[in-house]
Amino acid sequence: MSEPFIYELGEPGRHGVDVPDVDVPETPIPAEFVREELPLPELSEADVVRHYVHLSQKNYAVDVGFYPLGSCTMKYNPKVNERMARLPGFVNLHPLQDPATVQGAMQLMYELQAMLAEIAGFDAVTLQPSAGAHGELTGVLIMRKAQIARGQGHRTKILVPDSAHGTNPATTTMSGLRVVELPSDKNGNVDLEALKRELDDDLVGLMITNPSTLGLFEQHIVEICELVHQAGGLVYGDGANLNAIMGIVRPGDLGIDVMHFNLHKTFSTPHGGGGPGSGPVGVTAELAPFLPGPIVDVDENGEYIWKWPEQSIGRVRSFHGNFGVIVRAYTYIRMHGAEGLRRVSEDAVLNANYMQARLQARGDYPIPYGHRTCMHEFVAQGKISGAAGVHALDVAKRLIDYGFHPPTMYFPLIVHEALMIEPTETESKETLDAFIEALTRIAEEARTDPDLLHTAPHLAPVRRLDEVRAARRPILTRTPPAHRATK
Amino acid sequence: MRFNPNTDADRRAMLDAVGVKDVADLFHDIPAEHRFPALELPPPLTEMEVIREIQALAEENVNLDQFACFLGAGAYRHFTPSVVDMVISRNEFYTAYTPYQPEISQGTLQATFEYQSMAAALTGMDVANASHYDGATAVAEAVIMAINVHRLKRKKIVISPTVHPMYRQVTRTYTQGMGLNIVGDVSDGQNDFRALLGLCDNETAAVVVQNPDFLGQLHTPNEMQDLANAVHEHGALLVVATDPIALGLFTPPGHYGADIVTAEAQSLGNGLNFGGPYLGLFAFRNNLVRRSSGRLVGETVDAEGERGYVLTLSTREQHIRRAKATSNICTNQALNALAAAAYLAAMGKQGLRKVAELCWHKAHYAADRIGQLEGYEIVAEKPFFKEFVVRCPRPVAEINAFLLDEYGIIGGYDLSQDYPHLGDAMLICVTEMNTREEIDDLVEALAEVNQPGVPLELEVGS
Ligand SMILES: Cc1ncc(COP(=O)(O)O)c(C=O)c1O
Repeated sequence: MSEPFIYELGEPGRHGVDVPDVDVPETPIPAEFVREELPLPELSEADVVRHYVHLSQKNYAVDVGFYPLGSCTMKYNPKVNERMARLPGFVNLHPLQDPATVQGAMQLMYELQAMLAEIAGFDAVTLQPSAGAHGELTGVLIMRKAQIARGQGHRTKILVPDSAHGTNPATTTMSGLRVVELPSDKNGNVDLEALKRELDDDLVGLMITNPSTLGLFEQHIVEICELVHQAGGLVYGDGANLNAIMGIVRPGDLGIDVMHFNLHKTFSTPHGGGGPGSGPVGVTAELAPFLPGPIVDVDENGEYIWKWPEQSIGRVRSFHGNFGVIVRAYTYIRMHGAEGLRRVSEDAVLNANYMQARLQARGDYPIPYGHRTCMHEFVAQGKISGAAGVHALDVAKRLIDYGFHPPTMYFPLIVHEALMIEPTETESKETLDAFIEALTRIAEEARTDPDLLHTAPHLAPVRRLDEVRAARRPILTRTPPAHRATK
Repeated sequence: MRFNPNTDADRRAMLDAVGVKDVADLFHDIPAEHRFPALELPPPLTEMEVIREIQALAEENVNLDQFACFLGAGAYRHFTPSVVDMVISRNEFYTAYTPYQPEISQGTLQATFEYQSMAAALTGMDVANASHYDGATAVAEAVIMAINVHRLKRKKIVISPTVHPMYRQVTRTYTQGMGLNIVGDVSDGQNDFRALLGLCDNETAAVVVQNPDFLGQLHTPNEMQDLANAVHEHGALLVVATDPIALGLFTPPGHYGADIVTAEAQSLGNGLNFGGPYLGLFAFRNNLVRRSSGRLVGETVDAEGERGYVLTLSTREQHIRRAKATSNICTNQALNALAAAAYLAAMGKQGLRKVAELCWHKAHYAADRIGQLEGYEIVAEKPFFKEFVVRCPRPVAEINAFLLDEYGIIGGYDLSQDYPHLGDAMLICVTEMNTREEIDDLVEALAEVNQPGVPLELEVGS
C-alpha cells in the first residue's frame, strides 16, 4: 500500500511542535521583508511519527539482512558507535568554540589522525573531507599543488584505470586536470605496457584502487608506483577497499603517496541511506604541507591546537569535518586494536573467497577473474548458460524476493553484466550459504521460467519502477503550484 | 570477536572449500616484504571500557547544555524536537545506503523526494537536490554549475564580501584548477550589493551573495530583485546563500529572482556536532536541472501503475558520465536531509514561522540592550535577523575569555580576522534557545568587562 505524500497528510492549523511564547519586548518586523505564505505541511507529532515509521518499513537495510553491495562495505554498524556519537559532550559543541573548551574532542580527532596514519602507512592525515569523493578531490588538488611546488605546473594528465569508480575521472576533471584511461590486462591488473606509454612530462600522477574494483590485489603495485615516481608523477590510492588489507599491508609502504579512507565503509559508520560519510586523506611527509587546514596538532604544553599546513590547498568544507562520523570510527578502532583489525580483513577476505569458490564450483555464473584469489569482494556475471534473455538486472531483482539486497550491478564497467559481491566480515557462513543457494535456485528459474525473473521482484513493497518515465518527464518536487517560483 | 560471527570451525570449513591451509595463504599477491606489518595501535577495549574512555573525552568539553551560547557564524543552536532523532534512529533508514534498488528503498526515496519538495517550497525554487556536504560546498558546487551552464565560456565569478568567509575559501579551493577569476570580496567588506554590479559583465558566470548575509543583515526583496535583474541582463546567474530558519518568516530567494539557492541547513533538526555532519541545501530553477549537481529523486509509477520513486537524471552523475559529470559527489548527507525533512514536517507552517519570530525578537532585544551600554555600538546599516555586529571597547578575544570564565557564557564570533576594518567587532547570534535571562546576563557581563579595573590578565585564546 502506498504511503501518502507528506503534503497529502494533516489538516490546516495542525502542528507537531509547541514553540514557546516570546519572553522579551517585541520588535516590529518590517512588512516588506515578510513572506506571504509558507507552504509547509501541517501535521501533529503522531502524524509525523507514523508517516516516517511507515516509510522506514519500505526500506531494506543492514539491520534487516544481508547487503552484499560490492565496493560499499555494508558491514554491521555497532550500536555503541551511535551511543558515543550522541554524547552531549560531543553533540552540543559549537565548531568555533575556543580550543581550550573542546580539548576532549580535539584529542579524539588527533588520535584518529594518528591511528589512520598508522593503519595505512602515512605521515599525516586530514579528517576534513566529508566522503570518499571529497577525499579524492582533496588528494588530487594536493597532487596538483605539489607538482606546481616542484616547478612542474605544466603537467595536466591523470591516469585512471578503466576499472575505476566514476568518482576518479569526475574528480580529475573538477581539479582542472585531464583523464587518460588505462586498460586492464587479462589478470585484472593495470596493463603495464599501456602505463609505460603514458609516462611522460605531462604526468601529474596515477589514481589507482588497490585492491581494485575487481576485488583483486594489483600484482605489480610496487613496480607501478616506482614507474610513476620515476616519471615525476605521484600515486593516488582510492582507499574504498581498505577493508581487505588492514594489518595485511599498508598502502603507504607500497609507494602510494596520498589516499582517502572511507570511514563509512571500512570503519563501520552507518551509511545513512546515502550519507553522511567521512573521507579522511593520508599523505606522505612530502605532501603533508599541502593538506587542507586546519588539522589538529599538539603544542609543547600538550594542548591540542588547530594548525594550518604551510602550503595548504585551502579548506575543502566549513569547520573540521563530519565529526559525528569521526567519533563512530574512533570507537570502532579502539574496540578492535591491531589484532582485531587484522582479523576483520582476514575474515572479509575469507568470506569473499569462500563465496567465490562455492559459486564457481556450482558453475551457473561466470567469474571472469575466478582463477585468482580475490580480496574482500569479487565480480561475477549475470549471464546464465541456457538462459540467454536473462540479465544481471533480472538476477538482482529476483534476489530481492529471496530476502537479500542485490550485489552492485553493472560495475565495474569492464565486466559485462557485472554482479559485484562483497559479503564483509560481519556475515556468518550460514548467511553466505543461503545466498549461494538463492543464486543457484535463481539460475534454475532463469532456465525454466525466465519471466519470473523479468518481472521480479514479486515480494517487494512495489513492483519494478519505470525509470525511463521518471527521466523523460521529471517530477522532482510536489508542492502546491501557487507557491512555485515566479519567473 | 563479537562482530565477526564465524567460529574457528566455520573458518576451517571455509578454508577447505577454498582449498587453502591458512588464511595467510589468501594474501600471496601482496609483496612478501610488506605483508603483515605490526600495527602500533592502542589495545582493544570491550564495550564497557570504550564507553568509559570516550565518555571521559566527551566530558572534557564545555558543552552548550551547560553554558549559554551566543556563537553562530554558520553553525546554529536551534531546538530539535524529539521526533527527529527518533526518525533518524530507525535502523531501516540509517543502516541503508544509497537507494540503488528502488523496490526495496521506497522509504529513503519517498523521504528524500519529500525533502526536495519541502526544500523547494521553503526557498521558493522549482527543484532541490538530495543534498551536498554542507553550506560551503553547496556554494562551491553552485559556482561550478554556473560555469557549466555557460559551457566554460565565462570564467568570472563575482562574490560578495558578506558571503561566509569559509564558503568563499572553499569555493576558491574547489575551483583552483579551473582558471577562474573570482572577484568582489577583496574590498573592505562593503555591504552594498550595488557595488558588486559594477564588477558584473558579460564574462561573468555568476554573482554570489548571502541573505541574510554573514553579518546578519537582511537585504530587502526589492533590492534583491533589482540585483537579480541586473545580473540577468549580463546573462549571469544569481546564486543566493541563505538561512533556512529565516525563510520561515522572510521572502525566499526564489521570489526575488535567484537562479540557485544554497544554505547550510544544519539548523533544520541537525545538532551542532562540533561542525558536522551538516547539510548542504541546494535548490535551483527548472531550466538548470540537466546541468545540476547531486542526486535527484523523481516520482514515477511501478509496473502496476502505483506511485513510486527512483533516483533519476543520473546521466549528469559520475557513475554514468565519469569525466564529464557535473560533479564528483557520490555519498551525500542523506540522513541529515531526512532529519531536516522530519524537522520541517514536525514544525510545519506555524512552528517554523514562530521559531523565526522568536529569533528576531530575542536578537533585537539583545541588540537593543547592548547598544545602550557604554562603549558598545551596534553596527547595522540594515535590519538584521538573528545575528548582529557589535563594536566592542576591547579586543573580542579578551571579552570572550571574561564571559567564559566569569559568567559561563560563550560569546560571539570574533570578526577581527575576517573583517579587520570593523575593528574590535563581535558577531552575536541569538536564537530561540537563548532565554531572556541569558541575554540579560550577557548584557551585564559586557557592561562589567568594560568597567575600569576589570583584570586583563585573563588567559586569552589558550
Ligand atoms: C571504489 C570507490 N571509489 C570511490 C567511491 C566514492 O566514495 P563516496 O561515495 O564516499 O564519495 C566509491 C563509492 O562507492 C567507491 O566504491
